[in-house]
Amino acid sequence: MKKAATMIEAKTKEIIKKHGGDKSSLIAVLQDIQEQYNYLPKDALATVNEEMEIPASRIYEVATFYNTFSLNPRGKYLIEVCAGTACHVQGASRLMDKLQRDLEIECGETTKDNMFSLEEVRCLGCCSLAPVVRIGGDIHPYLTQDKIPKILGNYRKQG
Amino acid sequence: MVNLIIDGKKITANKDTMILEAARAAGIDIPTLCAHESVSRSGACRLCVVEVKKGNRTKIVTSCLYPVEEGIAVETKNERVLNVRRLVLELLLARNPKSEVIADLAKKLGVAPQPRFIPDTDKGKCILCRSCVRVCEEVVGVSAIGLSCRGSQKTVGPPYNEDSAVCIGCGACAFICPTGHIEMETTEDKRKIWGRTFKMKACDVCGRYFAPEDQLKYISKITGVPLKELAICMDCR
Amino acid sequence: MKKISTIDDLKKAGEKGLKSLFPDGVKIVVGMATSGIASGADKVYTALDEEIKKRKLSYILAKTGSMGMDFIEPLVDVIEKDKPRLSYGKMTPAKVPQLIDQIIKGNVDKIRPLYRIDEEDVIITGEVKHYLVGALPEYLKDVPKISELPFYKKQVKIVTRNCGIIDPENIEEYIARGGYFALQKALRTMSSDAIIEDVIKSGLRGRGGGGFPAGKKWQSCRNAPGDIKYVICNGDEGDPGAYMDRSVMEGDPHSVIEGMIIGAYAIGAQEGFIYVRNEYPLAVANLTKAIEEARSLGLLGKNIFGANFNFDIKISKGAGAFVCGESTALMASLEGKAGEPRAKYIHTVEHGLWDRPSNLNNVETWVNVPVIITRGGKWFSEIGVPHSTGTKVFSLVGKINNIGLVEVPMGIPLKDIIYDIGGGIPGGKAFKAVQTGGPSGGAIPAAMMNLPVDFDSLWEAGSMMGSGGMIVMDEKTCMVDLARYFIEFLVSESCGKCIPCREGVRRMNDILHDICAGKGKEGDVELLELMAKGIKDGSLCALGGSAPNPVLSTIKYFRQEYDAHIQKKCCPAGVCRALIRYEINAKKCTGCGVCAKKCPTECISGEKKKAHKINQKKCIKCGVCMESCKFEAITVE
Repeated sequence: MKKAATMIEAKTKEIIKKHGGDKSSLIAVLQDIQEQYNYLPKDALATVNEEMEIPASRIYEVATFYNTFSLNPRGKYLIEVCAGTACHVQGASRLMDKLQRDLEIECGETTKDNMFSLEEVRCLGCCSLAPVVRIGGDIHPYLTQDKIPKILGNYRKQG
Repeated sequence: MVNLIIDGKKITANKDTMILEAARAAGIDIPTLCAHESVSRSGACRLCVVEVKKGNRTKIVTSCLYPVEEGIAVETKNERVLNVRRLVLELLLARNPKSEVIADLAKKLGVAPQPRFIPDTDKGKCILCRSCVRVCEEVVGVSAIGLSCRGSQKTVGPPYNEDSAVCIGCGACAFICPTGHIEMETTEDKRKIWGRTFKMKACDVCGRYFAPEDQLKYISKITGVPLKELAICMDCR
Repeated sequence: MKKISTIDDLKKAGEKGLKSLFPDGVKIVVGMATSGIASGADKVYTALDEEIKKRKLSYILAKTGSMGMDFIEPLVDVIEKDKPRLSYGKMTPAKVPQLIDQIIKGNVDKIRPLYRIDEEDVIITGEVKHYLVGALPEYLKDVPKISELPFYKKQVKIVTRNCGIIDPENIEEYIARGGYFALQKALRTMSSDAIIEDVIKSGLRGRGGGGFPAGKKWQSCRNAPGDIKYVICNGDEGDPGAYMDRSVMEGDPHSVIEGMIIGAYAIGAQEGFIYVRNEYPLAVANLTKAIEEARSLGLLGKNIFGANFNFDIKISKGAGAFVCGESTALMASLEGKAGEPRAKYIHTVEHGLWDRPSNLNNVETWVNVPVIITRGGKWFSEIGVPHSTGTKVFSLVGKINNIGLVEVPMGIPLKDIIYDIGGGIPGGKAFKAVQTGGPSGGAIPAAMMNLPVDFDSLWEAGSMMGSGGMIVMDEKTCMVDLARYFIEFLVSESCGKCIPCREGVRRMNDILHDICAGKGKEGDVELLELMAKGIKDGSLCALGGSAPNPVLSTIKYFRQEYDAHIQKKCCPAGVCRALIRYEINAKKCTGCGVCAKKCPTECISGEKKKAHKINQKKCIKCGVCMESCKFEAITVE
């Protein structure tokens, strides 16, 4: 446990250094930490607090304000259901319902096996392909409830 | 000096005065919840809105943040202004049904709860005016508490809602809170605030418990005054 | 590459770019914007690459951005010397060998090109560049010219001038199409005042939503006291359903950069920031490469074009907050803080980023600048209509046949966009309304189809230009549900700072949810209207100030739908789940059993080959049965 914390600290320091350490780089630093760990570990935020001399309360404010950041570990594949207007009028909410039923989690949660996290995203800008869902960075266009079990199965197979 | 009209009254005010102060100096009352002289202003509560007429254009502005301007005409109680104020109070009555301050203010301004709004049960008395956050940052200088999340999820408190390592238990946040949301309990040698318990220091002279030890240590650290000199309460100095 | 510091350097780079755009051999170009990739362009690209290598051909394979014709992507263009540029739509890896065969044989027998481009207007210089030299080959006689396509005919491409034509990673191609000549002209031949004068004369209004005159903003920022000033590009395109800025940042990043350098020179700024949505990784990548390339060529950095002027640009990625599209929130975010707006009584052109004079414009605004400088403010002001000059890019999405990005002169009638360019509504359904301005805008009903699309006309109709999302709705769209959708969006995107927006929009959302769930009460509509007025007047920033617009506009034009939900407890469009039920038409049902198999609650039953029935008590109204029925036997009541 202790070793993991030291590693997080070292990695976080490296990230801070890369961005120059200026207070205005806080969001960029947090983005890199998020990318590295798939969430913002508490230990990493403690290091940011010490190294960048930004109060912990301000870091927490920024970390909870923006959608990109997550304080809890996300699953291996992030499922983002596009909630853009074009997707909405093409029935995106039904896709969300189906995913919630199939994964047995609510939007914002992660499956027990840590495979999938389910979230809603505000318009991926692929309106011509509506409704779309992005899974682990891949965009699935013209999605229907029908196709979901197979798609999820493929990701599970990939592991 | 700047000349303007507020509610039909000719008023002269210093250039950098806000409309709120100019009006109050002239005996015109504008209700506020979040404006406090000790901290910078956020314009969050929106109760102090007024209508400003500049040339032929009118707009609703926050009087606590809008500096007086030559030749403007300000209305503090016309229908458009009162509609905003009424809405704000209806929303606050629904958000903080247990707040006496809001209930009294609403009563004073003749605003009744909107039956269509279901009262909240989880928001306490907090209106999110952020005076506590600002006093902790700007006056005390420790930034122990802050805001978290956004929109209707927004709350105020220490990070992770856990005991803050930097809080000194001074209670400035509780003193400045306009609605009494922040609970602070001081009993003899202990003070409890934001879930954390602080040990109180007894006055070296009279023996009365007068301030949290952490607060005295913090004052000593930033002022350079030896801790021993701070161990005497205000009355005995 | 050699540094570019004179006009001759620029011309030389341009000549190289021309060779690349009009090659001697065969060049195949794949549209690789986000929309193209999502529809499979990357797989087509790989297949082309393999096929070319397999056959040992000396073809050049390249990437480009999006032409805006999303409905026919993936799009592949074939360029051969002296022949028209041919565009093949809906390409698949399977069609690749046939395509290569055709190029070798010189025919278009198996895969028909959708259109051909004989020549191209280079808008920035006014020149015409020819692909076709000499007579049109006989086998291409039946392929239509791009200018004859209904989707294309009424468009005027200024902002999207290079998208889908140049390789965004090739600065020489950008220069070949007139790029960076405006910068050279501005820096070497024009004073700051002359540039600002020209931008004012052009009538260019900010394309981010507010429509504030860009030249006037520049002037205020120039006149603001302070040695250090900033220019900022707002690429935080948050309106759900709008993606024109993404397309430009991905497909023509140098046009954004060039516009910003010119603006910085005119204003007296030394540093620039591009704030891009985190959801746009390709835009970030292409902009980053473009900035690096411009820097290495001396177009960013010290003494640009030998002038006494230094300027550089940084990219900041947003972190997922719609409110950061608001200028003061965006600046807070650039400072590394939570993106909360502040009262704008003190203008950002005087006290902006780090309290210093800052000029913020959105992507589309900046991209217009090089064209204005080259062709002159007067030329630009003659496009469009008097108080809305130039063009506007719209993303035409929703229930429309030709989904994509379109750039039209301001003032064009709405019906021209919907019917001529958009090709009308799919499935023969009736056009009901179009939402412009995203969550801050409003719905414009079909009855107002002749409305000219410009800043002021949209405003008067109760909507706004916004950033240019145009979401088309047909009879199957419920307008109450739409209003609820936008309000729900704003509930989760409100920063939560001021009470009217945080609490008021939340309460509006509760009421709209009630209405959609059949629990609406008499007087709800009037209450919503009264709240809307208070929220508009009382909110701190424009997000709250415009939040009620979708509710107000749908009440104004579709009041009867609200009444149907509240009084009759029915949803005329068949959308609101609490108010509908699925039924099986016994005449059409063949008893195939597919729906019963797919139903997650197993509420459909029936004998094989006989009409099935839905147990309404168990039905969760997920709609899977209707989606899976091949006989259109399931209907919404």
